[in-house]
Amino acid sequence: MSDSPVDQGRRTWVAITAGAGAIGGVAVAVPFVSTFTPSERAKAAGAAVEADISSLKPGEKMTVEWRGKPVWIVRRTKEQLDGLKKVDAQVADPKSERKPSELTPEYARNEYRSIKPEYLVAVGICSHLGCSPSENEKFAPGAQPSLPDDWQGGFLCPCHGSTFDMAGRVFKNKPAPDNLEVPPHMYLSDTRLLIGEDKKA
Amino acid sequence: MADFKTAPADASAGVKLMTWVDNRFPATKLYKEHLSEYYAPKNFNAWYFFGSLALLVLVIQIVTGIFLVMHYKPDAAIAFASVEYIMRDVPWGWLIRYMHSTGASAFFVVVYLHMYRGLIYGSYRKPRELVWVFGCAIFLALMAEAFMGYLLPWGQMSYWGAQVIVNLFAAVPFVGPDLALLIRGDYVVGDATLNRFFSFHVIAVPLVLLGLVVAHIIALHEVGSNNPDGVEIKAKKDAKGIPLDGIPFHPYYTVHDIFGVGMFLMVFCAIIFFGPELGGYFLEYNNFIPADPLKTPPHIAPVWYFTPFYSMLRATTDVMVNVLCGVVGIAGLISLLAVKGRAKIAIAVGAIVAIALLKTFDAKFWGVVVMGGAVIILFFLPWLDNSPVKSIRYRPQWHKVLYGIFVVFFVVLGYLGIQPPSDAGTLVSQVGTLFYFGFFLLMPWWSTIGTFKPVPDRVNFAAH
Repeated sequence: MSDSPVDQGRRTWVAITAGAGAIGGVAVAVPFVSTFTPSERAKAAGAAVEADISSLKPGEKMTVEWRGKPVWIVRRTKEQLDGLKKVDAQVADPKSERKPSELTPEYARNEYRSIKPEYLVAVGICSHLGCSPSENEKFAPGAQPSLPDDWQGGFLCPCHGSTFDMAGRVFKNKPAPDNLEVPPHMYLSDTRLLIGEDKKA
Repeated sequence: MADFKTAPADASAGVKLMTWVDNRFPATKLYKEHLSEYYAPKNFNAWYFFGSLALLVLVIQIVTGIFLVMHYKPDAAIAFASVEYIMRDVPWGWLIRYMHSTGASAFFVVVYLHMYRGLIYGSYRKPRELVWVFGCAIFLALMAEAFMGYLLPWGQMSYWGAQVIVNLFAAVPFVGPDLALLIRGDYVVGDATLNRFFSFHVIAVPLVLLGLVVAHIIALHEVGSNNPDGVEIKAKKDAKGIPLDGIPFHPYYTVHDIFGVGMFLMVFCAIIFFGPELGGYFLEYNNFIPADPLKTPPHIAPVWYFTPFYSMLRATTDVMVNVLCGVVGIAGLISLLAVKGRAKIAIAVGAIVAIALLKTFDAKFWGVVVMGGAVIILFFLPWLDNSPVKSIRYRPQWHKVLYGIFVVFFVVLGYLGIQPPSDAGTLVSQVGTLFYFGFFLLMPWWSTIGTFKPVPDRVNFAAH
């Protein structure tokens, strides 16, 4: 340390240089962080998929892959559709009013959350932490392990026990906050369904 | 700079060599400071094995990891097969891999016991706050390391475990979904995720971990080790300035620790050779099925060392958030009565804002906050404990009971995290979560209550 007084002019330039260096350092971080975002190839892989639903019988479910996620197509029976009304009071968001633009397209914002009441199309990913309740469909009504006694049929997520009804509506006081996502979809004909695109797009 | 030294003309070749080296690199100085003249308290008990054992396991993980990388392929299409290739076709590959997988669990066993030792003997108290803080950072880095390593075999549990944890970040308000996308590098956990986790697991996190371990040991050797009596041995020194109750780390504790290493390796080898899966706790059975993005296994549980925190995540339901609102309200009321003047307004506003935030964001987000907070709160332990004595030995009897309940709850939370969700289990884990946070957040008050025993001037030690 020298005893001579601080040269304020130099001090200012030191500060400016350090500041410019810091800006440069932050700017260099941009390309590095950018490499974490999805690549062009990953973005291109999100195209719509077609599903043939002619062989789906009432009460059955089929799964198609869209953007790497399972999309369920469920042909609901009359009893299952009737069951939806009974659980209106037990589900968290019966009218699909939460985050409608992300979760429920306009044409599915009805009691059945679908275009045709019979067919439910929903992304089979729990809105809690992304598990898939696929292997755990509990379509049969009545008391079962992990489920209430007045169960009307629906889905059970294996990870944290969230339950959904036959329209993918989440039951109250479960870890999952939202209903299952209804993806954009449209009917190309009575038996052919396009998932990932609708008429608006 | 030290003065240049010259060895006597008749010195041995070894002395001359070390003089030459010491003039250029402080080899002898480092050896003395950290081993032959580092004075550790003479009354260490078995709890003091776990620090050196953690270092041993770190070395095992690094060495076995280097060899596994030679055969492993971080590609979603062939990762699972390459692990099977290591297990079946690489000569002795199964042994290296079992050492690595068992080592991961052993690391957490050793580190949890090491942390518990610090907890009961007050090893985090002044002047060892930074030793503890560095240690907590090591624990955090270790959790990241274990989590990312678990994705690499690309089995069902790898895949869905990563899916769940990455989605935790999506629960953050406003930026969550973009953050999760940034971590995954794709719209679902996929090849991009596997590659970046591989990079972090083998390069980034181990470098951070090693740096933190060095900082942990430098900080420890600066202030000196605590001991089961919580007595500062540096307070009583002999004429040469050596603590009366201290003994040189080498040879006394190197020999002591080698005994610990022997005992540890017996258990470690028994697990590797006779039960490397340890009944599904060390290697989960679902992970022997290749990852399938369309099929979640019927029951997902993290590996045992994450389950206490995982239970707290699951415990945070809407009901739990309401309970938390109540707790914040009661805490606010009590503090209102305790303080005077302008602080009253600050507390009232703080409590109302906290309750409003609790009700605004989803329980899912608060679950993530609770889980993260359970680890982060450990960093603050040195400033939460106000008890007049360090060691549990001189604390009131009821403190020992409290620590006992804490351990029981921690183990129960860990057990419930492995089990499928159930109503009774959720209730117990909610009580456990409240106890866990109450234990730490109320510590500034409860740690001063009770009759403390007098702390001796010198450590308790009987030669044997």
